[in-house]
Amino acid sequence: MSALNIKKGATSHSAYDLRDPYADVIETHTLAVLVDNESGVLARVIGLFSGRGYNIESLTVAEVDHKGHLSRITIVTSGTPQVIEQIKAQLGRMVPVHEVHDLTVEGPAVQRELALFKVTGTGDARVEALRLADIFRASVVDTTLESFVFEITGTAEKIDAFAELMRPLGLREIARTGVAALSRGL
Amino acid sequence: MTKTMTGARMVVQALKDQGVEVVFGYPGGAVLPIYDEIFQQNDIRHILVRHEQGAVHAAEGYARSTGKPGVVLVTSGPGATNAVTGITDALLDSIPLVVLTGQVPTFLIGNDAFQEADTVGITRPCTKHNWLVKEPNKLAETIHQAFHVATHGRPGPVLIDIPKDVQFATGTYTSPEHAKVSHYQPRTKGDADAILALVELMEVAERPILYTGGGVINAGPEASRLLRELTEASGFPITSTLMGLGAYPASGKSWLGMLGMHGLYEANLAMHGCDLMINIGARFDDRITGRVADFSPHSKKAHIDIDPSSINKVIHADLPIVGDVREVLSEMLRVWTERGRRVNREGLAKWWAQINEWRAKNCLAYKGSDTIIKPQYALQRLEALTKGRDRYITTEVGQHQMWAAQYLGFEDPNRWMTSGGLGTMGYGLPASIGVQIAHPDALVINVAGEASWLMNMQEMGTAMQFRAPVKQFILNNERLGMVRQWQQLLHGERYSQSWSESLPDFVKLAEAFGCKGIRCSDPAKLDDAIQEMLDYDGPVIFDCLVEKHENCFPMIPSGRPHNEMLLGEVDVEGAIGSKGAVLV
Repeated sequence: MSALNIKKGATSHSAYDLRDPYADVIETHTLAVLVDNESGVLARVIGLFSGRGYNIESLTVAEVDHKGHLSRITIVTSGTPQVIEQIKAQLGRMVPVHEVHDLTVEGPAVQRELALFKVTGTGDARVEALRLADIFRASVVDTTLESFVFEITGTAEKIDAFAELMRPLGLREIARTGVAALSRGL
Repeated sequence: MTKTMTGARMVVQALKDQGVEVVFGYPGGAVLPIYDEIFQQNDIRHILVRHEQGAVHAAEGYARSTGKPGVVLVTSGPGATNAVTGITDALLDSIPLVVLTGQVPTFLIGNDAFQEADTVGITRPCTKHNWLVKEPNKLAETIHQAFHVATHGRPGPVLIDIPKDVQFATGTYTSPEHAKVSHYQPRTKGDADAILALVELMEVAERPILYTGGGVINAGPEASRLLRELTEASGFPITSTLMGLGAYPASGKSWLGMLGMHGLYEANLAMHGCDLMINIGARFDDRITGRVADFSPHSKKAHIDIDPSSINKVIHADLPIVGDVREVLSEMLRVWTERGRRVNREGLAKWWAQINEWRAKNCLAYKGSDTIIKPQYALQRLEALTKGRDRYITTEVGQHQMWAAQYLGFEDPNRWMTSGGLGTMGYGLPASIGVQIAHPDALVINVAGEASWLMNMQEMGTAMQFRAPVKQFILNNERLGMVRQWQQLLHGERYSQSWSESLPDFVKLAEAFGCKGIRCSDPAKLDDAIQEMLDYDGPVIFDCLVEKHENCFPMIPSGRPHNEMLLGEVDVEGAIGSKGAVLV
């Protein structure tokens, strides 16, 4: 296929994406989509993904411009480079969509997710949970004599790692917000 | 200037301000206020169909033959759901439609009210965009925006759901000039560097081909004119998808005929063997590509399309150009002319010699008969007897549709209306009525199969009521011909449910509708019978009894590349493997 051997995640400075569109590698990309906050817009975006068989690994949405009624949808999705390009093109042609940014290729980005963990237990397990929470910079937002609710912010990987550690210590429930992301710098 | 009026009046006013002359529709409880307004004016003509699907197909026929958006008005619930097939058809074929649906009053939405359906939910995946209007002050602006969206960028159907209380309520009317400018402004101008790169490829290509599609038709008559200029001046061979027939004239010297699954031998082999493929407004549909991995293996591919999502969706484009076909062609011609309109004459001469060898195969030849009308013969006679007339053809879906595309010649754009993407049986009759409404004096023929035709035959009532003299040319093989062909080739000749039992007597049916019925089964009498149809001043149902087991060739079996084409019955044995059988 393409003779241009550009490494994964890189962009060329051409108007077009020159990476091999038929490479079989599955990539994970974080997309930021700015949309009109109108009725049904989220259903439209989700319907696009389910209707065309694309993956959604995480999705967050909230109005970010109350005056202009614009919402920002952050989607973490995975697929071959060709599928990722299709997803961006399909999103880009939707009428209420103003901008589509692929934060994975547009340069460095900050990605954060917030999660709440309910951990129950007494004795050593409880002390260990609190100690690990401290290492992960999770804060305690609720406590009883037999339970904690921790609040943790970080990358999805950090939250996964925290969940693994909490599991043997009495992890009962997790609530995660999904990823919010912004590009770094100006 | 702002005016205060009811929502229902706004609808009619907005349609007038958008230049709408005809609305296809069917009344019901949730649109009564709009129908009341339609009753009290004479600027907009309302065509009362017999089923909402018919309204949408008629509007499609109107849109495709005029280039203007078609407008549909139906009621809530079943009115809207009946329209869904037509709306999906328009989406797949990129036909601009504005569909207005009534909805139960806002205070009843979500209550499972009588004739309530979640219309915007149901139609979200089958429209380009849709709106539920809950405030009368936003109604006019939304309608103007709907026309903008339907006709800009890649055209498509849009839908506005209007609750009944919004139709009764009073609000401020916004005229098109005062409506907010839409942020939806798709790019129409092609990238200059890419266009230059394409021209450079054109100058040196040894085996170029122009592969054109419905995008040329959608870009307007000027796009077709530019395409003709480019083709004539370059001497490049040109083929087209089903959707693009007529953009380049069938009588033109560079015309190879349609390509694809039932395309011509020379067109498909030229696609397979070319070194430069210039895709102009087509989308590498699976009916075109065959096996993707073996599609035109040795060519550089340029792809001109207004929809960025068409690029690299199926086939990798070496040179993508996002833009409107008319603008890109005009720019291509300008740049190419500035550089002296050079082509590789030597390479082209060899290429044409090769193509002419393929042409000599005469792939559309079929075995004639003195006793039975062959469907191909019927279409050849129809072509001969209507030659030179400004003729509009619609079709249903199936073998007859492919034969029509193969044996009828289209000289101009907007003269060929067929359901390409969705393949909707029942499309042709209502579409022919829409075409005739737009062109009252033209000759409009629906080439049909008997099974497809029955799907929307109620619309003959519409044709009669509105004096639309549409000719229904039914190639009656008493079979679902294409299904039967696939069962023969793929399913061990087990003809499961693919014959037409208990058919009506089409001549008596015509009489029952009050129009003319003609039946013909004798090849010797066919010309007179067709002439009788053409001479009759009014709708005709022509029951043309044809060979029952004719197969449609050439055929690229599913899962095969272009150079593995079946040309006739002798090629059929064991042609399609189990892998191909799972494809459609």
